[in-house]
Amino acid sequence: MTKPLVFFDEMLGPDGEVRPAYKDYDAVVAGVDKAELLKKSAEAERFFRKKGITFNVYGDTDADERLIPFDIVPRIISAREWKKIQRGIEQRVKALNAFLHDIYHRREIIRAGHVPASLIDNNEAFLPQMIGVDPPGGIYTHIVGTDLVRTGPDEFYVLEDNARTPSGVSYMLENRETMLRMFPELFSRVGVENVSDYPMMLRQSLAASAPPACTGKPTIAILTPGVHNSAYYEHAFLADQMGVELVEGGDLRIVDGRVAMRTTCGFQPIDVLYRRVDDDFLDPLTFNPESMLGVPGIFDIYRAGGITITNAPGTGIADDKALYSYMPDIIKFYTGQEPILKNVQTWRCADKDSLAYVLDNLAQLVVKEVHGSGGYGMLVGPAASRAEIKAFRAKLIANPRNYIAQPTLALSTVPVLTKAGLAPRHVDLRPFVLVSSKSISVVPGGLTRVAMTEGSLVVNSSQGGGTKDTWVLTDE
Amino acid sequence: MSSQSQTQQTGVGLTPSDQTMLGRTASGLFWMMRYLERMENTARLVDAGFRMSLTRSRTQRSEWESVLTTSSATQAYLKTHDDFRTDSVVEFLVCDRDNPGSIRSSLAEARQNARMTRTALTIDTWEAVNGAWLQLNIALDNYKGKQELPELLFQIRQQAALVRGTMNGTMLRNDIFRFMELGAMIERADNTARILDTKYYVLLPSSASVGSPLDHVQWEMILRCASAERSFHWLHGGDISAAAIVNFLVHDIRLPRSIAFCYKTIRTTLAEMKANSEASNAALDMAILHNDHINGSSSETIIGFGLHEFLIDLIARNSELSAQIETSYRFQP
Repeated sequence: MTKPLVFFDEMLGPDGEVRPAYKDYDAVVAGVDKAELLKKSAEAERFFRKKGITFNVYGDTDADERLIPFDIVPRIISAREWKKIQRGIEQRVKALNAFLHDIYHRREIIRAGHVPASLIDNNEAFLPQMIGVDPPGGIYTHIVGTDLVRTGPDEFYVLEDNARTPSGVSYMLENRETMLRMFPELFSRVGVENVSDYPMMLRQSLAASAPPACTGKPTIAILTPGVHNSAYYEHAFLADQMGVELVEGGDLRIVDGRVAMRTTCGFQPIDVLYRRVDDDFLDPLTFNPESMLGVPGIFDIYRAGGITITNAPGTGIADDKALYSYMPDIIKFYTGQEPILKNVQTWRCADKDSLAYVLDNLAQLVVKEVHGSGGYGMLVGPAASRAEIKAFRAKLIANPRNYIAQPTLALSTVPVLTKAGLAPRHVDLRPFVLVSSKSISVVPGGLTRVAMTEGSLVVNSSQGGGTKDTWVLTDE
Repeated sequence: MSSQSQTQQTGVGLTPSDQTMLGRTASGLFWMMRYLERMENTARLVDAGFRMSLTRSRTQRSEWESVLTTSSATQAYLKTHDDFRTDSVVEFLVCDRDNPGSIRSSLAEARQNARMTRTALTIDTWEAVNGAWLQLNIALDNYKGKQELPELLFQIRQQAALVRGTMNGTMLRNDIFRFMELGAMIERADNTARILDTKYYVLLPSSASVGSPLDHVQWEMILRCASAERSFHWLHGGDISAAAIVNFLVHDIRLPRSIAFCYKTIRTTLAEMKANSEASNAALDMAILHNDHINGSSSETIIGFGLHEFLIDLIARNSELSAQIETSYRFQP
């Protein structure tokens, strides 16, 4: 367990030879001067600023808006590798939807003894109000962003499912835009799958999920918590690209049994609401009464078939990190197949023996909160100081159910451009999936997040991580 | 353009997206342009004040005080300052984050409103506003003192012009554009009225006693605040009288910063609005009323019966109309 981790670099083999997926890219770029690349890199940054592609960091008073660092070396995935990822994600998303339907209806998986009832019923992300509710088209997770990490030539692990409200798709699209602008010649030499039709696909996917009350062409809107939200740029971007309204809770009201938005000519009903606020804030009458972000009464309209909410309320339970550890069983139970993508070994600290093991091995493990996200509140054992480990141990003992632990994964690296030249940095990958009753589409690409600090394994943008354009090569 | 298709739509049974817009979006567009216009006018005002402070040091105090009065900022200023030194007043009106009326604050508000409504703006317009915000913030952060003031103020006016230019050159002539236009014109009418009001005593019959020429520097300042000195000379040659200046800034519809021009634009814009309904006609009716009032009073009568009273009434009418627009088009829940 204590032996040093060996990292797989996706571009360069152990002897420094360029791996096949990067050959065409390297053939073009190898001859380009480093100074020229650094110039392009600065140019890319100006481009992001000018367009206002920024995010807000909570608790950061100094700078309201920050840029996510963008690295100009693409992350490249071969067609063969992608096929496997794609099939694996489709399988997982299918299983997730079946699972969500099951736990809010007949609960067969619990009766079959694969998942303990306590894990569901005592879970704060489980919404009893959703029991027996049938979302339009039977779909719970319309938009999913599955987090993957790679540890070897053929080893991809799913780290998180992000079935609630995954973000980052605007960066996938803007990163590509930026690369096309900076390196047009590269795209004529290397066959790269297109990602730019995502907004249209999303629009179609949302339209396909219209509620029974919708009679004509569905009216779609995105619900944002507002301009101060960290992902506001993305909300505005998607609304713009799809040509739909971007609404806030204060714009909406229940009128004649429909959820309607206040326009300059009166109230107009909405059919499909792509919400980017959490369940808890959706409806102060049903959930958190303090919420100012949602719409009083929307949940009743939803249950009566007056509106489609995407993703459906109550899907957050699929993001629970304790539940994650049951995913292999969940996939087998609903699809009858072995999981195509691996799960990371996970110790549930609620379990006594696991807790004992985790406490003994804190320095080697990554410990996360079951409902955590954004890289907040986690411990990366190998990178933590003794004092940090000691403090975390106390938290863990105080509330073991709140934590899970995983081995520290040897995240693959891809080079980034630094002032001193190319240098390897750890990456993960978040492909985006759209689900409707008609189809499941995995967009060929995704968001590659990269830890910009040497040796760091934390890629979250809230923790200083950057992004890369992700290329899926076309099949020759 | 659809000036003939403005006939009363009854507001119900809408959909084509050209007609509908969130009330909050309309509000954001309207206020984005109000703040942008305010920023630009404050820059002009500071420029004029700065010139006077250079040429007439003995009246410096009253000049800067009158500039602050025009911006309705004297009280707030005196809370933190006890003299009217050029540096302090300029810092307060241009750079001060804590002064909600400063150029920096107006710019931040304009950009925040644009960010809220960016889905309604063309890419060019959004990038112009965002670019103005980025560049001017750098310029404001690097501002070292009054020797750089003319250049800074020039940049501010230039950035504002760039936004208006991209807006005019790229935006569809629909309600989105109209709400922006309304915001700009309401703010401009207000600002022009305030500029005149601060200097009304210069234009009073008593001070311009028969035969004595108007104080050259004073009237130049008034015209300069409206970027109208060149136009005025061009139209009036050497004939400078109180009535001529009032007539020019209040009534001359050829001057884009005159109150009559603003109201003519407001009136036409409201009439063309696609989102018109019975409720929103209240705004149009009010605009017509105010417009007639402005055009119905000659400059001689205005000066004779009280320029100050006329302007105060006009500022009140203008903010009443602004509030009516907000209500008619459902800016607020």
